[in-house]
Amino acid sequence: MTSDQLNQAVSIIRQRIGGISEAEVSTQGSRNILIEIPGTTLDKTTQDRIESASKMEFRPVLMTGAPATSNVSPSASATPSPGASGSASASPSPSLADTPTAKPTDGSDLNWVTPALQKQFTDLNCSKIDAADTNVAPADKPLATCDDTGTQTYLLGPVEVEGSTISDANAGTIQGSQGVNTGEWAVNIIFNAEGTKEFAKVTNRLVSLEQPRSQFAIVLDGKVISAPVTQAAITNGKPQISGNFTQASAQTLANQLKYGALPVNFAVQSRDTIAATLGVSQLQNGLIAGLIGLLLVAVYSLFQYRLLGFVTLASLVVAGVITYEFFDILSWQNGLRLSLAGVAGLIVAIGFTADSFIVYFERIRDELRDGRGLAGAVEAGWKRALRTILAAKSVNLLSAIILYVLAVGNVQGFALTLGITTVIDVIIVVLFTHPVLRLLATTRFFSSGHPLSGLDPNALGAVYRGRAEFHFSEDARRSGASREAGRRQTIAERKAAELEASRGSKGGSN
Amino acid sequence: MASFAKFGNDLYTGARSVDFVGRRRVWYMIAIVMVLASIAIPFVRGGGDFSKGFNFGIDFTGGSQFQISDANSTDTIKGRDAALGVVPSANVLVTTAGNHGVQVQTNQLTDQQSQQVATALAHTYGVAEKNVTNSFIGATWGADVTGNALRALIVFVIFAAVLMALYFRTWKMSAAAILSLLHDLVITAGVYAATGFTITPATIIGFLTILGYSLYDVVVVFDKIRENTAELTDDSTRTFGEAVNLAVNQTLVRSINTGVVAALPVAAILFIGSFILGADTLKEISLALFVGTVVSTYSTPFVASPLYAQFRSGEAAIRQRDEKARRLKARAAGA
Repeated sequence: MTSDQLNQAVSIIRQRIGGISEAEVSTQGSRNILIEIPGTTLDKTTQDRIESASKMEFRPVLMTGAPATSNVSPSASATPSPGASGSASASPSPSLADTPTAKPTDGSDLNWVTPALQKQFTDLNCSKIDAADTNVAPADKPLATCDDTGTQTYLLGPVEVEGSTISDANAGTIQGSQGVNTGEWAVNIIFNAEGTKEFAKVTNRLVSLEQPRSQFAIVLDGKVISAPVTQAAITNGKPQISGNFTQASAQTLANQLKYGALPVNFAVQSRDTIAATLGVSQLQNGLIAGLIGLLLVAVYSLFQYRLLGFVTLASLVVAGVITYEFFDILSWQNGLRLSLAGVAGLIVAIGFTADSFIVYFERIRDELRDGRGLAGAVEAGWKRALRTILAAKSVNLLSAIILYVLAVGNVQGFALTLGITTVIDVIIVVLFTHPVLRLLATTRFFSSGHPLSGLDPNALGAVYRGRAEFHFSEDARRSGASREAGRRQTIAERKAAELEASRGSKGGSN
Repeated sequence: MASFAKFGNDLYTGARSVDFVGRRRVWYMIAIVMVLASIAIPFVRGGGDFSKGFNFGIDFTGGSQFQISDANSTDTIKGRDAALGVVPSANVLVTTAGNHGVQVQTNQLTDQQSQQVATALAHTYGVAEKNVTNSFIGATWGADVTGNALRALIVFVIFAAVLMALYFRTWKMSAAAILSLLHDLVITAGVYAATGFTITPATIIGFLTILGYSLYDVVVVFDKIRENTAELTDDSTRTFGEAVNLAVNQTLVRSINTGVVAALPVAAILFIGSFILGADTLKEISLALFVGTVVSTYSTPFVASPLYAQFRSGEAAIRQRDEKARRLKARAAGA
């Protein structure tokens, strides 16, 4: 086994066990693959998923059709796979299904089609074949399945050539008969001796048949990845698949042929339960560090926002509890295991979450500076803050979703943490922080602007213009600027001007 | 607090302001110097080879693995010390496997070093040398995982740019945000090269976090800029640049508070991990997060905002309005 193949196997396994399990896969030595999965026990399904070999087979096509769920007529919906040089034929006439069962003489014999198989084929729903596990059949039995895009169904004969007989595959452009490069992309396959012999035998038979029975389906893990029409009997073991390829699609198919045919059955060699890489002592240290950090955040919030700081803390605690419960449920239901990446995501989430409150509080303060009463400031500040919070949080959520969909392993776990905490954060600020502030705004302590409340209008500069000018609505009416935005600008500018003037009168320069 | 609140008030009214937009050349110079230095450092450290300037961990490079069976203890510190005793510069990761097994992973060692480490480990754990098997392990974080993460990153940046352009109704905000994002990422990477901290998968995740944080921070400030500039009326004496500058100043207290709150827990981990408890893995990720939060917080007012003001200042409508604003201001001053 070459190191290329081993690496390919690693990425196959990585694909298979991807998801929220945060597994790490690596090569070990020249023949082994090391898989580390967090958690204490390896469940049966995961092990099955790892062990099942990636299986590629060549089967002759008996019939083609459209998936049962599709309403479009077969000829319209059927996108021919790149290999098929003509468009796929319409559904075979129903009379074929009634062909009495006799012993089939070869792989293309329509005697393979029993009424039961015909029904399975007609009812085939491409979106469900993975879940239903209907796309598996023993090598010597026919198979009803779909192509990998789920747009066409196939009824296939038994396996005629095993994928493991492919020794190489590559993508290239076609040389015309004059030796001129036509620029058209094609996939070249090279079979080993056994494959050459088998392939010659089958193509010899298929070439004389009518479409779709002259098609040869390449099946990877139960799905047809290509079904080229046989145009000649190929005896040298070097077939070429051509038609409608782009460079990228040719390359993809070549890679699938080359590596999907890995003759590997993964066997679990040894199983060890290893202790956490981030050992108990380290985790403890991390938690201590996190607590110290949280304490610092608490001190800073109280310093900055006085009693409002407690609202931040209470919100963080509620968010923390909900997050904890959420992860608890996930780990119980879906086997989620927190890794270091997840822990890091949680620690960073403290900052993201606290920011929602900070944005909100600062907006309230801005409104107070403009001379609003507390209850009004809370409402007006909330409107503006919510818009900002939602915009910024959607960026976070977007990053979480994209990372979750596109990345693997560790990164996926991190993205999940980030996404969950972002959603919880928005829920908390809407359903907890804001209602609490509304409630607080009605208390004397806060509405009177007690110096310790953190919302003292005097400390917030509203005092500069004196008590009488607190209600600036007259100014606003006079200037006709009904928009609150206009008012806010005017006040800010006026204050600046006043300050400038007072400085000027003292003779001080800027 | 009183003085800080006063500071906030003054920033709000414009009585006191930092000239983020007007003195942008100074801020740009600082940004350019930092970015160039961050690119130069790995070159210099790697002796001309860029990628050698970074210290990639075992997960990226693969390495040597030693497995000790029937060990007389599963004390991981002992194993670490034994390996470091032979190769002081090695990155060593020790875990227990089963009840009597210890697993030691290091970066790739020469055959001779491997032999010596195996001997030392056998001695440390009181087993015969045949009970220590050693093998080369491949990268858990292979090229395909990196490629995957990179692709996700690019797709994310494109989507985020489109989302911001739709929300703010101008692609210029997206452009400014993404330039400042690149600034943050490059500088954070530069700090890694400069300090020689090991780059692990955790670090990469730290980087991705910064990506989110950087854009997040920009959106919060830009939303205020959007509000302020949308409120510019025909009779305002503020130019577009001044309106942007006021918005940044008005959100400055928020920026500082958020920066501090986000950085504090990370700083605690970085400090504790580095100097007190020796929690390596935590140290590696927290450096990325710490530098990233600080740089992102810095770059929003100093890089993203002046860039945006500059991008917009060339527009005909804005130039016209700016001139009118200046005339009105001059008249007001004259009157």
